[in-house]
Amino acid sequence: MSAELRDLCYLLAAILFIVGLKGLTHPRSAVRGNLIGALAMLVAVVVTLFSRNFDWTLIIVGLVIGAIAGLVLAVKIQMTAMPQLVALFNGLGGGASVLVAGAYLINKSDAITRGDVGIDGLISTALSGLIGAVTFSGSLVAFAKLQEIKFIQNIRFPGMQALNGLLLAACLGGAGLLVTQPEHASLYYWLVVTAALVLGVFLVVGIGGADMPVVIALLNSYSGLAAAATGFVLGNNVLIIAGSLVGASGVILTQIMCVAMNRSLTNVLFGTMQASGPVQSADEVYATVKSTSADEVAMLLSVASRVVIVPGYGLAVAQAQHAVRELSELLTEADTTVEFGIHPVAGRMPGHMNVLLAEAEIPYEALKEMADVNSEIDQVDVAIVVGANDVVNPDARTDPNSPIAGMPIIDVDKARTVIVIKRSLSPGFAGIPNPLFAAENTLMLFGDGKQAVLDIVKAIREG
Amino acid sequence: MLTNTFVLATETAKSDTGAGTAVLLLTVFVLAIFIGFEIITKIPPTLHTPLMSGSNAISGIALVGAIASLETGFPVFGKVLGVLAVALATVNVVGGFLVTHRMLGMFRKKK
Repeated sequence: MSAELRDLCYLLAAILFIVGLKGLTHPRSAVRGNLIGALAMLVAVVVTLFSRNFDWTLIIVGLVIGAIAGLVLAVKIQMTAMPQLVALFNGLGGGASVLVAGAYLINKSDAITRGDVGIDGLISTALSGLIGAVTFSGSLVAFAKLQEIKFIQNIRFPGMQALNGLLLAACLGGAGLLVTQPEHASLYYWLVVTAALVLGVFLVVGIGGADMPVVIALLNSYSGLAAAATGFVLGNNVLIIAGSLVGASGVILTQIMCVAMNRSLTNVLFGTMQASGPVQSADEVYATVKSTSADEVAMLLSVASRVVIVPGYGLAVAQAQHAVRELSELLTEADTTVEFGIHPVAGRMPGHMNVLLAEAEIPYEALKEMADVNSEIDQVDVAIVVGANDVVNPDARTDPNSPIAGMPIIDVDKARTVIVIKRSLSPGFAGIPNPLFAAENTLMLFGDGKQAVLDIVKAIREG
Repeated sequence: MLTNTFVLATETAKSDTGAGTAVLLLTVFVLAIFIGFEIITKIPPTLHTPLMSGSNAISGIALVGAIASLETGFPVFGKVLGVLAVALATVNVVGGFLVTHRMLGMFRKKK
């Protein structure tokens, strides 16, 4: 196959990638969009296979092992575990970029020693290794944290940022050596990779669970940029285009998540959440908490004409999505309007709640964005909060000293009645009490999210 | 000037040494990022998880690079890294597109 034909096919693949992504702008066209993306990948891979003489045995071994592993993971995964899986896939993509650039240095070592590879090629190689390695180790740490492997939870120590600074300096220093002494390129390359691997671990290890949506989105962006850097190394446009599309996607999601928490990216990555003034103790705040029963909730719901359900990470933990679907169907049959109010950072990754509710076959038209719910919240008879805490804390709106001051929330406290389903009064990620739980119009239904919702369903059926 | 750059680009692509056309590659990179921004800001929050897993699968395009490092006649150690890269990237590609497909199948309209 001639180089021109190959490059034209790569162009076709790039166009298909763009068209495929465009399909994701609506749930109706999304399945087709994803398939077009897969087709683009197929075109790119097949064209590559026919472009030169390859060691077929090795390629087939790699493809088969990878395809089986990917197949098993994709089919077996529970929807509640999606964040972990995305983190893992991210990491593998980053790892592949590291290996490709590493292999390039070995395969082209003669050309590099002769000085046939320009400074730009060497810089791209170093960047490939740096970004790819940070993505790889950072994603694996994120995976371990999301999987709740215990020993890896929030590790922070004094001087961590200084250490990160040093590691980054080591990476850049190694990259500098690689470029200036290309005859030892491989040696310096693996130095950069090693430092970057450690850097990736320390960057992610200190980040708490509720900030995970930001980290996952950021790592997603890195995995794209790593692929793009590899494209620069190999002078391959399809890698650059596909990689930069992913990079842009990750950057946008990261920004959306940060805005939804009213925090800057630097604050999420390096800062700690701190109150800027005195914060009320939990005992003071919770003096007037009223607890309720499933029967009482059922009665309230039977006279409600408009209900909003606000899910949080607790819904995923309790696997309550199917129970919630049953409740919403029951209410809809009784001519009650049921909507779901979804906060952008509810859950552990962007869109996490939407996927869980979609899995329970709740139609996507019923899933409303924060702004849409808030604009009509005063017409809502009953708001049911399932496993959410900080994203419905009115302190964000009213208390300028609160660590979450200014964070946009779903204003459930403005609904006529609020039912909060929660195991206890324990604080959310921000570690602060939530005055919503003690508000005059709030009733607490203590218990496991799934069981509590099922109890309500039972009470409605019997009532 | 532009034609010169283009000819240079094709020649580099032929010889596969990569570098030398950095500016042209950079142009492609920057323009693609702009396209990405344009499209992705239009994707609704409901589809953000499928977007992440789907774009993740796309970043498995490193597979093309991985295959390219397995030419006959390349050194053994380079090939070892190449096989590993092919395997990792394939997990990313196959798993990513498949799980996205599974997820998107769940998004339904009201009956």
